[in-house]
Amino acid sequence: MYRYDEFDHDYVRSRVAEFRDQTQRRIDGALTEDEYKPLRLMNGLYLQLHAYMLRVAIPYGTLNSRQMRTLAMIAERWDEGYGHFTTRQNIQYNWTKLTDVGDILDALADVEMHAIQTSGNCIRNVTADHFAGAAADEIEDPRPTAELVRQWSTAHPEFAYLPRKFKVAVTGSPNDRAVTKAHDIGLRMLRNEAGEPGFEVIVGGGMGRTPMIGKVIRDFLPKDHLLPYLESILRVYNLHGRRDNKYKARIKILVHETGLEEMQAQVEAEFARQMREEGGPVVSPNPEHIAQIAAYFAPPDFAKLPAQSAKLTKAIATDPALAAWVENNTADHRASGYTIVTISMKGMGDAPGDATTAQMRVMADLGERYSHDELRISHEQNVILPHVKLDDLPEIHAALQKAGLAAANAGLITDIIACPGLDYCALATARSIPVAQDLSQRFAEPARAKAIGNFTIKISGCINACGHHHVGHVGILGLEKSGIESYQITLGGDHTETLAIGERAGPGMTAEEVGPAIERLVDAYLDVRDSDDERFIDTFRRLGADPFKAAIYPENNCAAA
Amino acid sequence: MAKAFKPQIISANDLYVGDVVYMNSGGGWTRKLAEAAIAHDAGDAEKLLQRAVPQQGKVVGPYLADVALDDDGRPFPTHFREKFRTRGPSIRPDLGKQAIYPERHEPLAARGGI
Ligand code: HEM
Ligand code: SF4
Repeated sequence: MYRYDEFDHDYVRSRVAEFRDQTQRRIDGALTEDEYKPLRLMNGLYLQLHAYMLRVAIPYGTLNSRQMRTLAMIAERWDEGYGHFTTRQNIQYNWTKLTDVGDILDALADVEMHAIQTSGNCIRNVTADHFAGAAADEIEDPRPTAELVRQWSTAHPEFAYLPRKFKVAVTGSPNDRAVTKAHDIGLRMLRNEAGEPGFEVIVGGGMGRTPMIGKVIRDFLPKDHLLPYLESILRVYNLHGRRDNKYKARIKILVHETGLEEMQAQVEAEFARQMREEGGPVVSPNPEHIAQIAAYFAPPDFAKLPAQSAKLTKAIATDPALAAWVENNTADHRASGYTIVTISMKGMGDAPGDATTAQMRVMADLGERYSHDELRISHEQNVILPHVKLDDLPEIHAALQKAGLAAANAGLITDIIACPGLDYCALATARSIPVAQDLSQRFAEPARAKAIGNFTIKISGCINACGHHHVGHVGILGLEKSGIESYQITLGGDHTETLAIGERAGPGMTAEEVGPAIERLVDAYLDVRDSDDERFIDTFRRLGADPFKAAIYPENNCAAA
Repeated sequence: MAKAFKPQIISANDLYVGDVVYMNSGGGWTRKLAEAAIAHDAGDAEKLLQRAVPQQGKVVGPYLADVALDDDGRPFPTHFREKFRTRGPSIRPDLGKQAIYPERHEPLAARGGI
């Protein structure tokens, strides 16, 4: 894992001191709210419906057990005993007091964490595949790249006031678990014909009110050209992004309005200018520095183990709960005898992504004991133990059961993403968490969820789409209609390398109508699918939206007949 | 004819705790909607707002919110967003205004706000 050097330590501490001072000046009246607000946002502090909310960065979703324990301590000491893991691999505290923020930030700094650039029109926390460094399908660990981008983008003076926020995601695998096509910049690692690793650079993806699928702006970018190339994209965006209109200010709109070819020409021209005028990449770090970063992410010393664990096979034979959990919540690891564990934050009826202090501590202990001291936060709002021996799965499962964390539903219909919605968020137009809770209870029966198979439901409480509803197989968007909460269903979204934006199924419905509508939709899917292995999204692609629209809106059927 | 005026109150968030407060008739702040000053016409509403806006040392983002009045003349929220603001998260009845946490109210109380 990356460790702070002296520069990082000094920088983070000085930012905390600076923020304490800014906050004091707000309290003394030297700063107005209008002056203070952008400053607090730069430090991750929002004002929500019922309290301040502090968003803490978990760079590329990686943390160690000591950091997880500190997150638990903060929840216990300064918050209400829980935190919310988000689709951006961050954690949010919902009950922060202004006068505690300095102390919280210092506690974070103690374990090399902060809340810098988790908000505002800057380059945000870089996200990455949560299976990084562990996945069997990986070309290279994306985290050294993500860390390099983090260092480059942190306090980058030229890009501190961009037209709008800017999000970068990196994946090292062909199976895209980082939703790279829905980010301002997505980096997908691949090899060229000579076998050298580089990136496919994707630009202009995004969700929000105008969802767009990112476009490939460079098929292959050699690794050592990464920073000058990113610098070039950001320069073009910084110059031409629509500062006149907040809703058109993201790079996706610039790419859309400018056209990919023209955008590409501008970026390449800037790139060539940088390389030529400066006699080489301006912002290219020296190879030593790159090697240093890479060393932080060196794979742990994996034991030589057989591919199968006799101990696990035996335990599974007598424990159906363990068997179901192993089947759903583990993924292939690159080392023989190891696996990747997904700890579901989606127990039946739970608020997706919420973890209590006690649960965070249990996960920290498990990470320390069984996963080389590493944990990850996934954009699906789950927690990952990346390096686990198959032999240890029974003990881990037992510990998770005790902590109420053993839901065996990773990737199933109850593994729902939901943003905070109107229960917390000041921008929300409707609630999202209660809808998720209702749906998870409806599909709680394990045999039914298993029969349905891979099925993603994603819920946002407003058009900003923090809950990724555009890319859910089923997306649910909460809006306000005539003074009540109204929910719009979208169908056919996909968050993977075959990214797709869902299409609207029809008119909005009340919160009470959503659950039954989704049940009818699922029943229709089970009826028409080709085989038990055909996922909902595959059936949707084969048959189109009509049979599912008919199931959601049965009252329309006779009219159509 | 002018549109009928809906009664309004001033809502804001406390600067220190961040929770929801309402302006009372003395121009101070209360956590109880029942104690909020009510504007019965547009002129009143504007006056209330003018009184609230300069109070940056106590609150953030004061604004006028519509209310309805019960038989006893007490205000209650009409929009669902305001309902949640008077209560707290619907999914956590143990938190927010709906659960009384006296210690969370200290900062404002200490400054004579309640
Ligand atoms: C204080 C609460 C939040 C506020 C005020 C907020 C605000 C916003 C806004 C305004 C957008 C739209 C940006 C645009 O279209 O240009 C957005 C997008 C997004 N937010 Fe949030 N958000 C909040 C919480 C969250 C949470 C809890 C998550 C993670 C669960 C999250 C993740 C995202 C993602 C993934 C997007 C879509 C990607 C994008 O277009 O940037 N946000 N948010
Ligand atoms: S989607 Fe809307 S309601 Fe949900 S967190 Fe984002 S801004 Fe808030």
